[in-house]
Amino acid sequence: MSSQALQASNMEQLLEGIWKQNPVFVMALGMCPALAVTVSAFNALGMGLATTFVLICSCTLISMLRRFIPKEVRIATYIVIIATFVTLVDYIIQAVSLALYEALGAFIQLIVVNCIILGRVESHAAKNPPLSALVNALGMGIGFTIGLFALGSVREILGAGKLFGLSLFGDHFQPWVVMVLPPGGFFVLGLWLLFFAWLAKRKEARHGA
Amino acid sequence: MSGEQPVHVVPPVNSLRMVRTLMLVTALCGGLIVAVWQVTQPAIAANKKVVLERSVRALIPDAARIVEFDASDKGVTASKGDPAAGAVRFYAAYDKEGKLDAIAAEGGARGYSDTVRVLYGYRRDCECIFGIQVTQMKETPGIGDKIITDPAFLKNFERLDVSLTPDMKSLFNAVKTVKHGTKQFGWEIDAIAGATITSKAVGRGINDSAQRLLPLLLPKLEALQQNGGAQ
Amino acid sequence: MEHETLGQIFIITVLSSNLVLAMFLGLCPFLGVSSKLETAVPMGIATSFVMLVASLCSFALNELLTRFDLEFLRLIAYIAVIASAVQLVEMVMKKVSPALFRALGIFLPLITTNCAVLGIALFQTARGYDFAQSVAFSLGGGVGFSLALILMAGVRERLNLSNLPSVMHGTALSLMLAGLLSLAFMGFGGIGVAR
Repeated sequence: MSSQALQASNMEQLLEGIWKQNPVFVMALGMCPALAVTVSAFNALGMGLATTFVLICSCTLISMLRRFIPKEVRIATYIVIIATFVTLVDYIIQAVSLALYEALGAFIQLIVVNCIILGRVESHAAKNPPLSALVNALGMGIGFTIGLFALGSVREILGAGKLFGLSLFGDHFQPWVVMVLPPGGFFVLGLWLLFFAWLAKRKEARHGA
Repeated sequence: MSGEQPVHVVPPVNSLRMVRTLMLVTALCGGLIVAVWQVTQPAIAANKKVVLERSVRALIPDAARIVEFDASDKGVTASKGDPAAGAVRFYAAYDKEGKLDAIAAEGGARGYSDTVRVLYGYRRDCECIFGIQVTQMKETPGIGDKIITDPAFLKNFERLDVSLTPDMKSLFNAVKTVKHGTKQFGWEIDAIAGATITSKAVGRGINDSAQRLLPLLLPKLEALQQNGGAQ
Repeated sequence: MEHETLGQIFIITVLSSNLVLAMFLGLCPFLGVSSKLETAVPMGIATSFVMLVASLCSFALNELLTRFDLEFLRLIAYIAVIASAVQLVEMVMKKVSPALFRALGIFLPLITTNCAVLGIALFQTARGYDFAQSVAFSLGGGVGFSLALILMAGVRERLNLSNLPSVMHGTALSLMLAGLLSLAFMGFGGIGVAR
């Protein structure tokens, strides 16, 4: 493959993770953290970045080692590697921002069972060279972060009248508290999915009919 | 299906290869974790200290020096790492002259959503709690989180009676949260109307902690005063 | 941390702090397996069993790790234990009830990546539960998870026959449903919390 073609396909992969195969809105993967921590835009970004970090590191390392891992023990090896990077990101977050750590809580460690990572590794990183794996992981990570951010910001705006802690509507705003509570998480994600399903349907109707 | 695929003979050395790979990978990962842990530990410890000191200073603004101690039935010792089982951690605040000003300790109990933790300040001369700082709270915004801001609720803690029985084995009257508007005694906490569960969590947290800490601490208070904290 | 009684921990985990509807754990199987009651029930039972085994083993492991100052290996150790517990359940189920094993198919090994199971292990460590409390917590988690799963499956089966705009079918609908269930369960708030 010429280097230009390679670059093009890398770019494609990046965008694919962000739009066509967006883990939150299209594939509905990795939802446990998506709903639990997205009570504010800041938390959502933090979680998204942490997951992206684990995703990129795991995919790259596994891609580099892919010829040395025997088929039989591959899942076990993948999980050990993913768990390692999750432990690392856990310590890094604690060292950098205790506030973020308190907000995300146990869900940082739960990144290890995030289906996105294992799915990516199994379907892509294990079969492709490191650069491709990295780009793909980056795309997925960015898509995931965007998804979380969309959730977190809507919930924070409606449920607390703020974005990133900055008050948006002034003192008379009556916060829609349920949005920052568990049911709100379900509702907001459901509405976003509805929106994207509707978009897809419209596109289909225009192109197909 | 038969006849489509050639017979595949699995070489017996495969299990050795599997084990070897797993061991190598685990060793690599283990090494990575330990390395990052070494690097981040000092930063994490420093962060925790900063957060704690901030809360203690918010409670006791004039504190010149804050020393961490653990109280257990074996006595009061300077803190090292995590408190041992059965030991209660507290913070002694000394003023500019090195005299013991107040004690701060943390108590926690389950509220509506999750644990509510408060840091409370205690002074010997009034045998009372003189203030609280909420250190951990995930209660419902606008309802449970009023424990941080509601002035009437916070007034409960300006002189909360936690005097001990004469034998110093337990609190004379357990700290109790009562329904909004029904507070009669100095050891009761008037709950916030509409946020009873969270208010009760604060009461239970303080009670549990004080019941465990004060009987262990009070007999040793003189020693802490004199040494000026140097142990 | 105050001492919650076993009954309180159980009730809180089933109702007011339901694993799925309040703590957001175990959502992938919750949305994936809950379309039919006949798959929901065995999935609930299998997951509950794995939760109990995982909880016991994690408790023992944690004691060991703390004694040797190896806390940074905790996550890897827990995951290893869960994966093994799932293997164990698979083997047992294959022997005891092959029909059930076939019915659950791919979902059984997926219990390994179920955040609820790892979540139980992590939360019980974070909250410092002792042995009996951990058992109560994991039992409550299993019952709570199964309860949410069964409720969801029951409602979704009914909804399959109803008249809804086609764009809503699928995950969006399940999420709305889950939101309503979660809202309903919020009514249990405060149950089991000490007076």
